[in-house]
Amino acid sequence: MSAAAKSRRGEWLITAPSFLWLALFFAVPAVIVLAFTFHGRDASGGVGEWSLSTWRELVDPDYPTIVWNTLRISFEVTLWSIVLAVPCAYAIARMGSRWRAIVAGSIMLPFWTSFVVRVFAWKTMLHPDGWLQSCYLGWLTARDCMFGWLPAFAQKALLSVGLASAGPVDPATSTILDSETAVVLVSVYTFLPFAIMPIYAAAEKFDFSLLEAARDLGAKNFYAFRKIFIPGIRQGLVSAVLMVFIPAIGSYVIPQMLGGTNCVLIGNKIFMRAIQNRNIPHASALATLMAISVLIPLGLSMWWKKRQDIRDRRRLEEQTARLMTSALEGGVQ
Amino acid sequence: MKRSMVSLVVLAFVLAFLYVPIVLVVAYGFVPNGLSMSFLNAQGEFTGVTGKWYSMLFSGHQSVRALLESFWLSLTIAGVSTIASCMLGTTSALALHKWKGRLQSVHHALVYTPLVMPDILIGISLLMLFVACGVKCGFWTILIAHVTFCVSYVTMTVLARLADFDERITEAAYDLGAGPWYAFFRVQLPILLPGIVAGGLLAFTLSIDDVVITSFVNGAGTNTFPTYVSSMTKHSRNLPSVFALSTLMLLFTCAMVGVSKLLTSGARFMRK
Repeated sequence: MSAAAKSRRGEWLITAPSFLWLALFFAVPAVIVLAFTFHGRDASGGVGEWSLSTWRELVDPDYPTIVWNTLRISFEVTLWSIVLAVPCAYAIARMGSRWRAIVAGSIMLPFWTSFVVRVFAWKTMLHPDGWLQSCYLGWLTARDCMFGWLPAFAQKALLSVGLASAGPVDPATSTILDSETAVVLVSVYTFLPFAIMPIYAAAEKFDFSLLEAARDLGAKNFYAFRKIFIPGIRQGLVSAVLMVFIPAIGSYVIPQMLGGTNCVLIGNKIFMRAIQNRNIPHASALATLMAISVLIPLGLSMWWKKRQDIRDRRRLEEQTARLMTSALEGGVQ
Repeated sequence: MKRSMVSLVVLAFVLAFLYVPIVLVVAYGFVPNGLSMSFLNAQGEFTGVTGKWYSMLFSGHQSVRALLESFWLSLTIAGVSTIASCMLGTTSALALHKWKGRLQSVHHALVYTPLVMPDILIGISLLMLFVACGVKCGFWTILIAHVTFCVSYVTMTVLARLADFDERITEAAYDLGAGPWYAFFRVQLPILLPGIVAGGLLAFTLSIDDVVITSFVNGAGTNTFPTYVSSMTKHSRNLPSVFALSTLMLLFTCAMVGVSKLLTSGARFMRK
């Protein structure tokens, strides 16, 4: 056997275990899901004949609402997580190395208890007799006082970031448990460390003397923060957005335990269709929709990153060209 | 200066936000009334704390038997899937590191995609596979699912370790007469071991904590700790036992981390 053939055989041997495992248990199932969407359902809860009926049934008013709600809530969760994570990452990155390790470590420590148990603790805390319920009612009233006078289109915009309610507040029926607020709150709680970590990683590499330079040149604190710090950590911001948005889209346990019937997301509907009322084609179609909602932001971020790379390279080339021309001109003179 | 005050206040708020539920997990393990989950009775009087949930756990009381069984099942599955995913993940990382051809770019895509997909999609697609093949869900399907989502994490961790690996060490082993197997097991593997252990710890944590994927492929009657706990959502009288068990797990993890910290600092001290 030649050396090249031997190396080729070695490559196949070492690649085979993980390759075959993931092909069989990750790639093939994905194809099966896609294939199932082009089937009807048979009477016994299995998969019936080939047909387009599943896709036609997705127009059912239920589904578009659920997809829209899932996207909206994921957006809300991402927004709140980033808003909280940026100052945290900034504060940690400005600490001395000793404190930095302690605080960064203690942000990850809650992960040492089971996720379900933590959600359970929240469920107990959000009980209608608890203090968080009174806070919630206070918040709803304050929100209506603050934004109630705004025109309808502004109300709609606020509604989409969770800052307005769809109707008037009734203390008797507005419980924080089984509400969208509970789902957003606990989702932010769960995903926040995943937002802080990448931003902190980017902020740690940031040169803070740039901020001082901006201030020396007369920039206000917040202006310098916005114009120098935020662009400096944008790589971290992009990965933080993905780290929160993608699992938020796939969220299933939190809305199931805390959202009740008022907050059913794609994940819950998939579980319902797959396990409870056994409509495999519908579950597959919803899973396909979810995969698409995940792949779009992922693709966008990759495209953005490529564009950034090209722009950086072009800037470098231009700068080199300028330097070379000036050097040449200097040489001529 | 003012700016950093604002960010410190936000940081303090966030830390409180992250820790309040943890404090409550510990506190709820001592609640006397398992139904109302409150330290106060109907008249608003403090009813004291109790250690009965802990004694129930240690004596293996009838009412916590299912909970303990699910906990042992979780440990078993996490242990086995950690070992399996460490083996698959290490070979995978070795292949990805050594070769860069078309096969490896497909391989890389296969390893990378599960990392960015929501858990629920892995769960549902595996369920579809088992439905299509007519496999009955149970212990083995849970195990397969856990190995599948752990492999990618182990691969990525070992790959990061391989990036710092000095190829000349293996070449030196070859020059000194080592065969490929000997060079791998006696030279390369010991150097990679910290990376494999780190990946394995990650796999163990993910496996023991997973609820979404498991709840798709567990079938009727097979429950791991997280799926059992989430099925207790409907009023159960024994909720505090869950919190007591979680507190014990938390203490155990803290102790392990403390011991490993002591060992590493001790080793450093010895070297000095």
